[in-house]
Amino acid sequence: MALADTNSVITDRAASAGLRRRRYAADLRLRIYGIAAITVAIGMLAVLLGTLIVGGAQAFVQTHIRVTFPVSAEWVKADDPAAGNWRNVVRDGLAQVFPDLSAAEQREVVKVLTNNAQFFVRDAVLANPSVIGSTITLDIPAADPYDQLNKGVITRDTAEENRRLNDQEIQWFDTLVERGLVSKPFNWGLIFNSNSRFPELAGLKGAIVGSFYALLVCFLVSFPIGIGAAVYLEEFAPKNRWTALIEVNINNLAAVPSIIFGLLGLALLIQTFGLPRSAPIVGGLVLALMTLPTIIIVTRNALKSVPPSIREAAFGMGASKHQMIMHHVLPLALPGILTGTIIGLAHALGETAPLLLIGMNAFITSEPGGVMDAATALPTQIYIWADSPERGFVARTSAGILVLLAFLIIMNGVAIFLRQRLERRW
Amino acid sequence: MNVMQQATTSPIEIRTPKMPAMEGRAVSVFYGQKQALYDVSLAIERNQVTSLIGPSGCGKSTFLRCLNRMNDTIDICRVTGEIRLDDEDIYNRDIDVVELRARVGMVFQKPNPFPKSIYENVAYGPRIHGLTRSKIELDEIVTSSLRRAGLFDEVKDRLNEPGTGLSGGQQQRLCIARAIATRPEVLLMDEPCSALDPIATAVIEELIDELRENFTIVIVTHSMQQAARVSQKTAFFHLGKLIEEGHTSDLFTNPKNKQTQDYITGRIG
Ligand SMILES: Nc1ncnc2c1ncn2[C@@H]1O[C@H](COP(=O)(O)OP(=O)(O)OP(=O)(O)O)[C@@H](O)[C@H]1O
Ligand SMILES: [Mg+2]
Repeated sequence: MALADTNSVITDRAASAGLRRRRYAADLRLRIYGIAAITVAIGMLAVLLGTLIVGGAQAFVQTHIRVTFPVSAEWVKADDPAAGNWRNVVRDGLAQVFPDLSAAEQREVVKVLTNNAQFFVRDAVLANPSVIGSTITLDIPAADPYDQLNKGVITRDTAEENRRLNDQEIQWFDTLVERGLVSKPFNWGLIFNSNSRFPELAGLKGAIVGSFYALLVCFLVSFPIGIGAAVYLEEFAPKNRWTALIEVNINNLAAVPSIIFGLLGLALLIQTFGLPRSAPIVGGLVLALMTLPTIIIVTRNALKSVPPSIREAAFGMGASKHQMIMHHVLPLALPGILTGTIIGLAHALGETAPLLLIGMNAFITSEPGGVMDAATALPTQIYIWADSPERGFVARTSAGILVLLAFLIIMNGVAIFLRQRLERRW
Repeated sequence: MNVMQQATTSPIEIRTPKMPAMEGRAVSVFYGQKQALYDVSLAIERNQVTSLIGPSGCGKSTFLRCLNRMNDTIDICRVTGEIRLDDEDIYNRDIDVVELRARVGMVFQKPNPFPKSIYENVAYGPRIHGLTRSKIELDEIVTSSLRRAGLFDEVKDRLNEPGTGLSGGQQQRLCIARAIATRPEVLLMDEPCSALDPIATAVIEELIDELRENFTIVIVTHSMQQAARVSQKTAFFHLGKLIEEGHTSDLFTNPKNKQTQDYITGRIG
């Protein structure tokens, strides 16, 4: 009897050991799946960032050529320098580097510099008129083909007929390099220039300012309306069929494809209300429509998470509902609301489709002066560049994406900072 | 109307001395379809501590919350009957709940100071009710309320630090200070010591005894020892009905009702 009992205990032990082994194995498997999933996700992110950095890094530097321009009084009159013949000044500058070229060759060698070189010289002289009659030395951006040559995108091994630069042009460039006139500094123009037909001059300023205005409009519209709606729904609205319907619809609104908001903006804001095409105000209003449901939802969650004991305390002190909300609930919910709003705005910043529909992908070479001026936005600027054939724009597309990502990371970082900084215990 | 002022500034007692501070008459409370209180009639005597005891879910909190209409904040809650504060029915249409809650203050089970400074916590009530005209007056109220609540000496150097940084017992005394800063006539306390350790509890009980001089106090408690220690009058609730009420000493030593006896001897609840 006793022996039999012992046996059964032993088999139980064996069985439970088997059970335990299987349990450990299952744990291990789950852990491996998790690690594999994370590895894949991180790997994909790394590939994305890697491609962007490899492709975009080139756009963060720009080949410049140092030229000393003789600002002769013949071409530039001291009493009206703006009206000077700057084209000739540029030609003279290069003629000093390459003195014995024919007139036809001189016209060609000028193309080493960006097409707008004359305006660089003009602006520099206008800023410092005392140089008229003497010389001025400037670093002028090189034209895109030479820039690409300098960056190694255009290679000398390619057959001449397949190259954008012929042997003669390459030789001119080599001469410039030999004389130490070629430099490759950080490309501030990428941030501080507006868009241009010429890749070497094209920058994101217009798009950044346009995005800023659009987000400003978006914030000014969606933040107060979103908070108002959320406070009403959360604190005042009776719980009945109508409010339930409104709630469902707000949640649905958050899931509407953004291009539909673009169509709405086109039909309603531009065609019916006659707001200008391509303007940040229209973009901002359309983005506000998209951001509104997000803000309402995060605000309601933030309000919900304020502990009921605080509400009771306020009511118990004789606070009215308005005082309870304004003095206690909203301040406590604010970090959550702000965090959600910033994340909503970050989404809006990256949104492209609705902006394409309302024409914020126009070709605009100056930054907008206000919300009513035509403008592009960061994502639409990237879209335009991605569509451009010049090699310079290929790198700029990646660089533009990196700049956009940087803005998104900064915004999310601010959101995280706010959440950790303002979060309170009660 | 203010009891403290009455006591100090007016030598003539306007009200009949026997008149209770608050009185519930045939109070019934419904949460939706469910009835939580049945025809409760109970007088709250002036400058006494009245304790409400009874097993969990018997309606003590519900009755207490009727006394300053905190039940209004629950949508499904409906109150019938009459509750008088002095001569007025507080459920009367032209009673302003904001003013009512300034006159009938409340301290909750879990200490719930606002996540603001200690000073702001106490100053909040006087501020929203416009009780003071100057900063000096407000400072004075804050100081005297904290002193009455027995907290002043412990916090006088850190009035600008958050009230949530205090210990549990200190927080509860801060809540009491906050409640008495509006100079209420009646102070309602719903299990004010249940989140506190015995030492903090003793401090609060002592405080309740001192506050009785100036305030009328209603306290819900699960501890019969506490009821016996702090209160002059005790009301025993069971399943939504008021079973027995009377002088605390009588009720505990000589309960008339069988259910009361069972409860205080620990057989039910
Ligand atoms: N908000 C509410 N909604 C619905 N029913 C409620 C609500 N509050 C209380 N009740 C019900 O009313 C009855 C009395 O509750 P009450 O909170 O007054 O009991 P209590 O005596 O304070 O109990 P405890 O000692 O556990 O605090 C209970 O049956 C409870 O379920
Ligand atoms: Mg209770």
